[in-house]
Amino acid sequence: MTALVIFIVQLLAPVALAPLLTGFVRKIKARLLGRRGPPLLQPYRDLARLLRKEPVLAHNASWLFRGAPYGAFGAVWLAMTAIPIFTTSSLNLGLDLIAIAGLLGLARILIALAGMDVGTSFGGIGASREMTIGALAEPAMFVAIIALAIIANSTALPDMSRAMGDGVGLRVSLALALGAIVMIAIAETGRIPVDNPATHLELTMVHEAMVLEYSGRHLAMIELGAMLKLTLYLSLIACIFAPWGIARDAEASVLAAGLGLWLAKLAIGGLALAVFETAIAKMRVFRYPEFLGAALLFGILGVVFLYISQHLK
Amino acid sequence: MTGLAFDIAHLLGALVLTLSFALLYQRRLTAAINVVAMQAAVLAAAAAWQAITRDSPHLFATAAIALIFKAIAVPLLLHWLIRRLNISSTVEPVFGVTLTMGLGVGITALAILLVLPLTAGETLLLREDLAFALAVALLGPLLMIARRNAVVQVVGFMSMENGLILAAVGVKGMPLVVEASVAFSVMVATFIFGVFFFHIRERFDSLDVSRLEEMQGERHS
Amino acid sequence: MSGVDQWFLIGMVHAMFVVLAIGGCMTNRWSALIAPLYALAALACLIGMVPALGTLIAADAGTVSRLVLPVGLPDIQSHLRLDGLAALFLVIVNLGGIAAAVYGIGYDAHTSQPARILAPFPLFLAGMNLVPVADDAFTFLIGWELMSVASWLLVLTGHEQADNRRAALVYLTMAAFGALALLMAFGALAGAGGGYTFEAMRRAMPSPTVATLAALALLLGAGSKAGLAPLHVWLPLAHPAAPSHVSALMSGAMTKVALYALMRGLLELTGTPQWWWGGLLAVIGGLTAALGALQSLTQNDTKTLLAYSTIENIGVIAAALGLAIAFRASGQTLQAGLALTAALFHALNHSLFKALLFLGAGAVLHGTGTRALDRLGGLIHRLRWTAPLVLIGCLAISAVPPLNGFASEWLVFQSVLDATGLGHWEMKFAAPVVGALLALAAALAAAGFVRFFGIAFLGRPRDDAAATAREVAPSMLAAMAGLAALCLAFGAWPGVPLASLTRVATALVDPSGVLSGPLLDGRTAWLVVAPHGELTAVYSGLVAALGVAALTGIVVGITSMVSSGRVRRGPAWDCGFPDPSPLTQYTASSLGQPLRRIFGSVVLAARDRVEMPPAGAPEPARFASTLRDPAWHYVFDPLIGLVTRATERLNLLQFLAIRVYLSLMFAALIGLLIIVAVAR
Repeated sequence: MTALVIFIVQLLAPVALAPLLTGFVRKIKARLLGRRGPPLLQPYRDLARLLRKEPVLAHNASWLFRGAPYGAFGAVWLAMTAIPIFTTSSLNLGLDLIAIAGLLGLARILIALAGMDVGTSFGGIGASREMTIGALAEPAMFVAIIALAIIANSTALPDMSRAMGDGVGLRVSLALALGAIVMIAIAETGRIPVDNPATHLELTMVHEAMVLEYSGRHLAMIELGAMLKLTLYLSLIACIFAPWGIARDAEASVLAAGLGLWLAKLAIGGLALAVFETAIAKMRVFRYPEFLGAALLFGILGVVFLYISQHLK
Repeated sequence: MTGLAFDIAHLLGALVLTLSFALLYQRRLTAAINVVAMQAAVLAAAAAWQAITRDSPHLFATAAIALIFKAIAVPLLLHWLIRRLNISSTVEPVFGVTLTMGLGVGITALAILLVLPLTAGETLLLREDLAFALAVALLGPLLMIARRNAVVQVVGFMSMENGLILAAVGVKGMPLVVEASVAFSVMVATFIFGVFFFHIRERFDSLDVSRLEEMQGERHS
Repeated sequence: MSGVDQWFLIGMVHAMFVVLAIGGCMTNRWSALIAPLYALAALACLIGMVPALGTLIAADAGTVSRLVLPVGLPDIQSHLRLDGLAALFLVIVNLGGIAAAVYGIGYDAHTSQPARILAPFPLFLAGMNLVPVADDAFTFLIGWELMSVASWLLVLTGHEQADNRRAALVYLTMAAFGALALLMAFGALAGAGGGYTFEAMRRAMPSPTVATLAALALLLGAGSKAGLAPLHVWLPLAHPAAPSHVSALMSGAMTKVALYALMRGLLELTGTPQWWWGGLLAVIGGLTAALGALQSLTQNDTKTLLAYSTIENIGVIAAALGLAIAFRASGQTLQAGLALTAALFHALNHSLFKALLFLGAGAVLHGTGTRALDRLGGLIHRLRWTAPLVLIGCLAISAVPPLNGFASEWLVFQSVLDATGLGHWEMKFAAPVVGALLALAAALAAAGFVRFFGIAFLGRPRDDAAATAREVAPSMLAAMAGLAALCLAFGAWPGVPLASLTRVATALVDPSGVLSGPLLDGRTAWLVVAPHGELTAVYSGLVAALGVAALTGIVVGITSMVSSGRVRRGPAWDCGFPDPSPLTQYTASSLGQPLRRIFGSVVLAARDRVEMPPAGAPEPARFASTLRDPAWHYVFDPLIGLVTRATERLNLLQFLAIRVYLSLMFAALIGLLIIVAVAR
């Protein structure tokens, strides 16, 4: 019974809260720039309006164009469900960190294909850049996973979270892995300096360029998917690098505390993101290799440091 | 040595090495100077931590020398030079940043492969320190090769010195004299490079050392 | 099933192939024979699957049956042996054979000279069916050469074009080189005693030097056939030149037979492996994978692109095999078994989705008459059934859940994680590098197949051929649908094939029975893949498949309740400036441009040259993109130059007087006699 309740919360809470997180980040960014900003709940209103509107499809849009937003959202949602947000005692879905990265890859491929379906040049720009970022981020992600797996002896997130929670001492390799994953998260969620979610200039777009042809409920799914992806990466970082308060048994008070702490972690993460995005400028497309190359380097250095400290102990 | 003491020493040693990589990544002159200053500060902290855990007060002197000269004095001097000479703050790499980083990782692996088997039987910290120190000492010259700018070459040189001192910190009973002389050599080198800058600057209006090659006279090729 | 029945069936299969080849010679005159001949070839492959599947599914890991035929060289005879490994590769070969033959019914219906395909096609299948069951060097090499020569004839099918003739020449040269290297390997292993049966080689304990020499020769011989860099250069020339269903067989099955030779040789015949063989193979595999994926991304020919992607996947399998050898040499039997299982599973999966994709490329060729990616577009509206089937293949090869490509790459990645626990520092450092290369290869492959599917099937048609394409024959669709169904099934239930594959791997890495339990978690094998290495992790293909399906269904359901459910059709928006010309779409080369620039400028010496006319001038702007294969540039071109110079020198020998020839021969004879005398 408790397990079922936990599972349902795990399934629904991130989707329900993802627009709030995005609204929060937008609000903070606006305040940092001296604007009042849209209300916190504005993303919900936007989504509701988009859902009601009738989508306009290009004449030659195929079934793939119509289906991809749902499929991509389903993949991101499943990946989100596999991340222990407030308890490690939930249902074991059998999806580890590599599978989560794979599901995000599935979502990326579907949206990139959808961007090319109508046959406009902007869709091609977006798909080309999105797959480039993916190709640069994936090696860095895998090497960071190696570093984490050496510490936790597992690629399953509940095990990783527990291992980190048990205290692994001061580890510079952990800081490096954190740096790598934060950089990958920035690239994959399309934030500044890699992509600007608020841009209106088509030539600088990555994610937005792919979805230019979308409207109505299809666009709503894509927008919600992007918001969920941001929540996913913040939750992932919180669950590995800030495992405090994640419940290990199914006691109601502990669970409630874990849920509250998760919200607090999301808020802190959102705050940090807003401050970072305000302080930094977007980089040129051909600087991406350096940015994500540095993430790869962090991962490899982390692994090397781990080898040494393990070898010498 | 207790777990925590080792962890902190490991953390500081690894930070020195990580900062060497940060140095390779920098494209801006001022940022590179700041990074090398930070590296010296971390080095000072590492020396101080050794002084506390091993109860060897002469390491405090090493820490102080590193902090005062290399983390504060020389960087300030370099910043002053940049302002004084109006040097543009970006550095052109000779080859790509990614390639330099890849070479750096290879060099680190080589250093570890060399040092760990050689030092079998020594204390944990010494082995680790020597491995990191060799890597840092090798990354300095790599930086000097990979960038044209003369200021960056001083920075690379300083980073190399940091590596040597990191090695000295780990070795028990290393006389203070050695460290003092190392610090002294850095000062001398800075002085020489300072004079050198003025001269290149006067002559070529640029700090690109490749311009010097034009002055090599007749080439035998 | 008893051993005798198995051998009876295998013998019958080979007899059928011979008869079919004779029948194939007559198809130029009686084209009505084409369909029945292909149907019979499919039946023969189906019969060939029976003993193989029987051996694979048998619960006992060590099921081995032997047969000695009184034919072949005197004193040696022909030794045949069917064990788990052989059975697995027979399944791979015959699955591909069934699909290719069924596809051929529709594909070859209108060929002008069908005998050029139908005569060598059964012989090609026969050769690939013979190699896995061979248990002595001669039978093995006979099967190997039959496979090479038959596929060479198939590459020559389109001999009217100069490119195909060149491809066939390069292929023949490399095949001859590979066979020579294998001959040397077997010679070294047989030793002075001449134990040319594999049984004798297994018993013999070669000295480390001999074993290393044999291993390197095997790596050259089998590696060149499989397509390991830098010996891969023939593959992207030869595989696309053959008819599409033969390309599917060459990429899906023949490269696997080469990997079979590598596994059999390195894990069984060369005695105890040394750890650095594994390290070397793993690094070569990682580099091959990244190079293949990158080159696949730069190609504009649908079938060449797929051939390069084969090189990528061979690299992945070789890397896993290399790790297995390193684990085995370090005494970590469990991890060795897992890595080998990963290699076998990826080999099986690749044979499925690569065959599917080649058949799909064949369908595009059949429907539009072109292989040039930049002339296609919008085929999703014309090839209504082909498109979703090819999409399944693209997703499977891009290694995303819930398809089978992800399940096997996941196991490979787990092996890489295990490799961080190896004792040698060189291997410790190699592990993250190989891992990063494999992850890069997987992501580049995903980009490459987004490019392939997006340019060919999506967007607007770039050419009349694409705009008027016709859907292909039902038999061709059936072959693709069968392969796609297997991709989906093995993705959702990886535990089913893995149950057999782990037994095969265990028998190979653990002949003395050190391991107590099964390699993978047996309790939940239907649902979950859970390796028992140092690291613990689970992957459930079923949860991934059902989860994505269920959550997508929920979302569709909710949105259809909330929203009106109607759609309006209109012109494409394109930021307010839609251009009616399909030429304004992204092309294949523009889509790959960022990755070509980032990675290709260093590795492939890729250069883009843009010539803009001066302002006001009427001539058009020109764009040219050039690249080169590093293997050609650094290895083969110098080698070819060397051979050419040497032959020019030797050409002098053609114009000597007969007396000089005689004296040369005499001198050679005396020289040999002196050597013999001294060696005594």
